[in-house]
Amino acid sequence: MDSHVSYFFWDLLNYLINGLTQGSIYALVALGYTMVFGIIKLINFAHGEFFMIGAFIGYYCILSGMPFALAMPVAMIGSGIVAVIIERIVYRPIRHAGRIPALITALGISLFFQYAGQMIIGADPKAFPSSIENKTYQLGEVYFSTSQILIVTSSLILMLFLYWLVNFTKMGKAMRATSYNMKAAELMGIDTNKIISFTFFVGAAFAGAAGVLVGLHYGTVDPMMGMIPGLKAFVAAVLGGIGIIPGAVLGGLVLGVAENLVVGFWMATYRDAIAFTILIIILLFKPSGLLGVNRREKV
Amino acid sequence: MDYFLYLTQMCGIFIILAVGLNLINGMCGQFSLGHAGFWAIGAYTSAAFTVFVAPPLPGFIVLFIGCIIGFITAGIAGLIIGVPCLRLKGDYLAIATLGFGEIIRIVIMNMNSVGGPRGFTGIPQLSNLFWVYLWVVITIVVIANIVRGTHGRAIISIREDEIAAESMGINTFRYKTLAFCVGAGFAGVAGALFSHTTQFISPTNFTFMWSVIILLMIILGGMGSITGAVVGAIILTILPELLRFFGDTVSQWRMVIYSVILILLMMIRPTGLFGKHEFNPLKFLKLGGKS
Repeated sequence: MDSHVSYFFWDLLNYLINGLTQGSIYALVALGYTMVFGIIKLINFAHGEFFMIGAFIGYYCILSGMPFALAMPVAMIGSGIVAVIIERIVYRPIRHAGRIPALITALGISLFFQYAGQMIIGADPKAFPSSIENKTYQLGEVYFSTSQILIVTSSLILMLFLYWLVNFTKMGKAMRATSYNMKAAELMGIDTNKIISFTFFVGAAFAGAAGVLVGLHYGTVDPMMGMIPGLKAFVAAVLGGIGIIPGAVLGGLVLGVAENLVVGFWMATYRDAIAFTILIIILLFKPSGLLGVNRREKV
Repeated sequence: MDYFLYLTQMCGIFIILAVGLNLINGMCGQFSLGHAGFWAIGAYTSAAFTVFVAPPLPGFIVLFIGCIIGFITAGIAGLIIGVPCLRLKGDYLAIATLGFGEIIRIVIMNMNSVGGPRGFTGIPQLSNLFWVYLWVVITIVVIANIVRGTHGRAIISIREDEIAAESMGINTFRYKTLAFCVGAGFAGVAGALFSHTTQFISPTNFTFMWSVIILLMIILGGMGSITGAVVGAIILTILPELLRFFGDTVSQWRMVIYSVILILLMMIRPTGLFGKHEFNPLKFLKLGGKS
């Protein structure tokens, strides 16, 4: 009986650690969702694809012999640049057409990257080269690996960086002003187009970092890898209250842990259904999310 | 010849799906991304009916009962999903319906009695061109009559401005639910016809991508136009088959071409080919007649 309880306890700890790892990935991707939504009220369905692009840039960088510490920033900048180009060519012309056309366009871009990726790179999963030594550590009955430590620490560093960027720099102040009221920000002399591009860049760079980390942790990358994490990161963003930056981190961690607990203790086949169930429950009972404030629509 | 017959039947099935989704998205303005889920429910329940419990009746009666069962079960699913979800607006509604569509698929994938991830085999081929197009006619007549009547005015007023409609005394929630259930129900009919045409269905037939393709059909034709939905469905069912004639490479790039069409449409003509207008062939023949 006693060993039964202690097994349960160790299992719980292991699931919590896995959940924390996955949750930090969701949080990194969700940050981009929430920032873009906060500024132009667009659900950027293509955000999961920036995650995929980042993973592939990292894959090719490491294949060409770059060390991991260099490949990750390159992947971040690369996916950031792709996002800025997409924003400039596609999102900017339709920004004033309303929310539903923008949403449909984002869907189109997401499909475009997925299928163009399949055609150009090939649909089969590629083995991500292990550029760091991946050791497994044991503490009691708790297991964790180097890549898990790397994921948690690097997402923590990136989140602290974002916190500094948004709260203590001039750019961050302009971003907050634009998301609060775009017209007023424009009248105060802020170049809102530049701010929006910058937001896309930062969001996609975070997603790209998450992509490289996922490639390293799970060992494979494929062109469809962005879809499910993208949707789940969106769920995480809504869970924490979309448009609220700390909310995205909280939502990502809660979602990652909840998913791993359900998979571990109950049913593994329902893994993908959990996120959507959480999403629907949140939308129905607290549509503004965990950290959000409810506002009624007025005429 | 069989191939053309099959293609024509698929056209009919997609016309039913697109016209049904058009009632929800185009007429009522409620953005739904879970249409493939209702399609799946109709396909699986009717297939389960014909395989497990069908009485020894002539095939077309069994198919008809199957279609009715598909309509009712998908309609009830639409009610269950619609009642809580239709309180949401715009993109939140889109995400919630997307979530429900995926949940339906995952639940089916975990049901062993209907084959789970392996798919449902051994469905008798009861459907043929006549029954598919009979249902196409029924769908169009029913939905066109809903849209032209009092209910339709109410439904369209919700699309134009929900708050104004509500302040004019329209029970917006009731009409949104009505549109959602009827649209879902006809998706169920399409599912019943689909499963009895292909004789094999699996959860991969009903992924989120298919919801997007049905949506693409009504966007291409013009949201809010029944004829637009019909034309959009025909174009997008025939187009991938036509692309085969240009060789394998073009055919493989089909989804890339779709997505580029979708993006360009949104940038250049977000209202689609027909906009909100209907194309009436009778009026077209009497040139210069009063519209």
